[in-house]
This record gives sequence, structure tokens and C-alpha cells, in this order.
Amino acid sequence: MDHFTPLSSLLGGAMIGAAALLLLAGAGRIAGISGIAARLLPPGGVADALPRFLFLLGLVLAPLLYAAATGRGFAPVMQAHGPLLLLAGLLVGFGAVWGNGCTSGHGVCGLSRLSVRSLVATVVFMAAGFLTVWVMRHV
Amino acid sequence: MSENLFSRSLLHLAAGLLFGLGLVVSGMADPGKVLGFLDLGAIPSGGWDPSLAFVMGGAIAVGLPGFRLIPRWNRPWFAAKFELPTRRDIDSRILLGPSIFGVGWGLAGLCPGPAFTALAGGSGAALGFVLAMLLGMALARWLAAR
Repeated sequence: MDHFTPLSSLLGGAMIGAAALLLLAGAGRIAGISGIAARLLPPGGVADALPRFLFLLGLVLAPLLYAAATGRGFAPVMQAHGPLLLLAGLLVGFGAVWGNGCTSGHGVCGLSRLSVRSLVATVVFMAAGFLTVWVMRHV
Repeated sequence: MSENLFSRSLLHLAAGLLFGLGLVVSGMADPGKVLGFLDLGAIPSGGWDPSLAFVMGGAIAVGLPGFRLIPRWNRPWFAAKFELPTRRDIDSRILLGPSIFGVGWGLAGLCPGPAFTALAGGSGAALGFVLAMLLGMALARWLAAR
């Protein structure tokens, strides 16, 4: 339990919730990151490409802003490598679009909207995540 | 509504920044910490990290009242109307998609948000994950459109 961070995780979670509400209040949309990213891809022709791109740019710039403000470095350590990492990316992207959402769209926004569809999706991807880590680390 | 495009663009940038900062502050930008939550097998040894549940709790505590109140407005600040999901059916895709997504999530500890913030670390591995993820998304869109 030495890495357990209840306070900063609660605070960061509240910031994520606030970001979702900002998008809802200003643009009337769900802050679903897979949806925002996928709609920039072919087959395209979806409106609001510039705002969507800027949302993703904000995600990429945020750690740099954090590092500049706090003086702490930002160097996330990858937990999978080579072909396995690429396979994971492929599955994450395909599954998120096939299921109409990911941790943000279903997990954060969907549960906040009390959507049963999103609750089902969240339970399923949590279960699949638990099982996968179990197989990778304990079997 | 193109007169609002500039405002909507700034709003999306601000929301992306705040979302990304939330991921970093919460620890969820670190794939090792996400896997620390998904590793239920570590409970007996005391190595399980429940932090991700607190992230969800914090996000939903803020989101719940907002998603209840804001959609009752006449319209959003910079758009003509609210465009929220209306589907309620449980079809095969809402079971199959998250199953596939969850396996990838469990393999790498990365979902789409932390994948994009990971790009800030500048590693080729993070870029490789994001490109593979975008390929998977495009593939699903192409299959769904057929």
C-alpha cells in the first residue's frame, strides 16, 4: 500500500470531473477521449475538427505545464514493451470505438449521467482489466 | 454556429489541459499506478493500490450534480444545443467493445487519456502505443461503417 494516494487521486479526479463539466457547459458534449480522437480519423467529415484537436493538444501539453509549475519531471514508465505494447494500443483503440466509449466517456461521464449502458460498459472493461492483469502477473 | 468556433476551440483547449492535469495529479498518467489498481492479486500481499477508485469517486462527485443540472439549460455557452447520448439498449457491441478495450488496458495500463498525456514524456514507446491505438480506432470506425 506504499503507493496509495487517496488525497491527490481524489483531487485529480475532481479536476477530471470539472473538465468534463466545462466541455458540457460550453460545447454541450461528453468528454469522451476515444470519441474525440476517433472522430478526427477517416472516414472523417465530422464537424469541429479544430476544437477536437485542441482538446487532445491540451492533454499532451498538460504534463509539460505541470512539470514547469512544480519542477518535477514527467516520464511515465511503460509497463508493456515492443509488440505487446502495440497490440495493447490496437485493442484499446478498437475496443473503445466498438463499445462507443472508454474510461472517460463511459466511466466518468456515463456514470455521472447515471447511464445503465455506461455502467455495463464500465463493469465489463474493469472486469476484463482485472482478469488480464491476473493472467499476466499471477498465472 | 461558426461564429462560436473560436470560443469552442479555446474551451476545448482549456478542458483538455484541465483533464490532463487531473490525470497527472491523480497519478493516472502513470501506467504502473493504473496496473497497481487492476492487480487484485496483490491484495493478499498488501500491494494493491486502490487509488483509481478514488479518482473515479472524485470525478463522479463533481460530475453527478453537473450532469443533472447543466443539460437543463436552454443551450450550452458556445453551441446551438446539447448533444448527449440517448441510447439505452444493451447490444452486443456494448459488451464486446469494453471486453476488448479492457484487455488492452490491462496489458499496458494505458487508456486513451493517459496515452495522450504519455506523449509529453517524449518516448518512442508512447508514440507507438498512440499510433497503434489510432489505427485500432480507425479500423473499428471502418468496420462499423460497412
